[in-house]
Amino acid sequence: PLCCKPEKRGKVVCLPRLSRVAVCGGTHGNELSGVYLVRELLKAKDIVMEEEREEPASVLMVLANPRAMQQCRRYVDTDLNRCFTHATLNGPISDSAPYEMTRSRELNAMLGPKGSPGAVDLVCDLHNTTANMGLCLIAYSDCDWICLHIFKHLQRQMPDVPMRFIHFDVSSKESYSLDSVGKHGFAMEIGPQPHGVVRSNIYTAMKDGVQHMLDWVRLFNSGTIFEAGFVDVFTIVKNIDYPRDSETHNITATIHPQLQDRDFLLLHPDDALFQTFSGETLRYKGNEPLYPFFVNECAYYEKGIALSLARKRHVVVPAIRAQTEAERRRDQQGFASEEE
Amino acid sequence: NFSPPARFDEARRVAIFGGTHGNEMSGVTLVNLWVKNGSEIQRKMVDTKPFITNPRAVEKCTRYVDTDLNRAFTPENLSALGEGDLPYEVQRAQEINRIFGPKGSPEAYDVIFDLHNTTSNMGCTLILESSKDYFNLQMMNYIKVTALRSNTEYYPRFSCKSVNIVLCDWFIAGLEVGPQPQGVLRSNIFEAMRVILKHALDFIELFNEGVEFPTCTVEVFRVLERIDYPRDANGNIIAMVHPNLQDGDWEPLNPGDPMFLTFDGKTLHYQGSGTIYPTFINEAAYYEKQQAFVTTRRETLVASAIRKA
Repeated sequence: PLCCKPEKRGKVVCLPRLSRVAVCGGTHGNELSGVYLVRELLKAKDIVMEEEREEPASVLMVLANPRAMQQCRRYVDTDLNRCFTHATLNGPISDSAPYEMTRSRELNAMLGPKGSPGAVDLVCDLHNTTANMGLCLIAYSDCDWICLHIFKHLQRQMPDVPMRFIHFDVSSKESYSLDSVGKHGFAMEIGPQPHGVVRSNIYTAMKDGVQHMLDWVRLFNSGTIFEAGFVDVFTIVKNIDYPRDSETHNITATIHPQLQDRDFLLLHPDDALFQTFSGETLRYKGNEPLYPFFVNECAYYEKGIALSLARKRHVVVPAIRAQTEAERRRDQQGFASEEE
Repeated sequence: NFSPPARFDEARRVAIFGGTHGNEMSGVTLVNLWVKNGSEIQRKMVDTKPFITNPRAVEKCTRYVDTDLNRAFTPENLSALGEGDLPYEVQRAQEINRIFGPKGSPEAYDVIFDLHNTTSNMGCTLILESSKDYFNLQMMNYIKVTALRSNTEYYPRFSCKSVNIVLCDWFIAGLEVGPQPQGVLRSNIFEAMRVILKHALDFIELFNEGVEFPTCTVEVFRVLERIDYPRDANGNIIAMVHPNLQDGDWEPLNPGDPMFLTFDGKTLHYQGSGTIYPTFINEAAYYEKQQAFVTTRRETLVASAIRKA
């Protein structure tokens, strides 16, 4: 992919401008920070950002799952944020298809089509979690420099908010979430917040995060060079399910009090994982220490996930800037982009 | 005060309800556990029945299917005809009333605990109907005193700072523990609820054995009114619970204190005439009930000494 073209160290990577950005809330109808934030931003209509040198960029505000929002539920028939694989978007569809499958196609038409030149340049999909994760950007790539630079910008602008970059190592063929529809995309996940509740500190963090992201896009589009640096990337390794009763499939233990709320604090082999209802401690049996996250996320009980585990890696991020108009035309004619 | 203790009949039959709201997981989990193996809740000469009140809502992990079961026990609903055409929870209310009531009849259960969780930072809260029933007051007082005494020894990680007793008109005797998100099971909340129930059953056993509980004063919070979120002309919420008030259950709210924060950053202040004690602050299920929090007033009640008849 374009974002991963190897570049010489010390050089600036030139990437296409981000002309169209989408901010999506309510993909899960009970994750209320995004619901309320996008509603508020919609009140201000489409935001048009004036650019000094190039054409203006536009920001689309989208409430992704209005029916689930109306019922204050995660979804009506099926999880919308799993309905964006190429297979689901382009396969056959019947009249009795789940609501979210029909909706994912509408969103794909609006913001995509996924994988085509007409897709929006950047999708930021807003989510909340019951896990104590602070602010996380979740992306399918650990070398999408746009996403990584946005993350660095947020870190600089919001030093009091705990922030992590999570990498889901899933190929673009199998990517399934709304943020995969744009040329670049990520989920902005903030917790802890119960579903069906808006906590003002979480809302404010999300509002600030979105504002700083849009500021970054404006700066990028106007030619700013963003310096090289590094990001600690958490790449998912595996999920661990709750112990369950073999007959009823009901869980037989809770997240252990020593692990509860300790997302991103290293879990070592033999550390406490679960506490059974009879008070027994079950321990982590893996071979390597890993970083837990999505610890006790409500929506993941039904997905069979008590927690996820990640490895941390220092990723070097090159300097980047937006392509000039001349570079863009040359690029389109097949020439490699000229480096500064 | 040398007046003789008030006499009450033995409490022979005790029910423990879980899953009245299907996504309040501590009660669901405890009751399922005890249905499978009830040894933990057995006491001498007491028949203890754990019971899932709203099984369909539990199965779907949702608060309710048709209507809130915890508001369904009205006289109209309990006498309504129509069987299978009635809303699911109305049918359940009639069934539960048949099995465990009716109130005041000789077959009725003596004590019923209804287990709940809340997203509010309420710690352990015991909820009593606004009656002057000294038996219930004494039981709540015993639970509160014993729980607080044992709290620091055994549950150092437990975040609950107090056990509060609330008097109101709309619950049956309830136990509310939070904060816990709906659909989530937190081990500290689970263990706290378990311990509270243990004390409740111990009290009943002691009472049935003839122990006299001397007169006591009980601090309670009496519910005054519900405060809704500020809304626009279309009924949409336009502000959130202010960060100063968020998680401040049981802390005094004075006139002029920050109360709400609008989405564009303006602070709205509490305009009441005197200090109140807010609770149920930012409970998820109450957005649709138009309730951001509930105001209460602190009161001290006196419960006379009680003893088995």
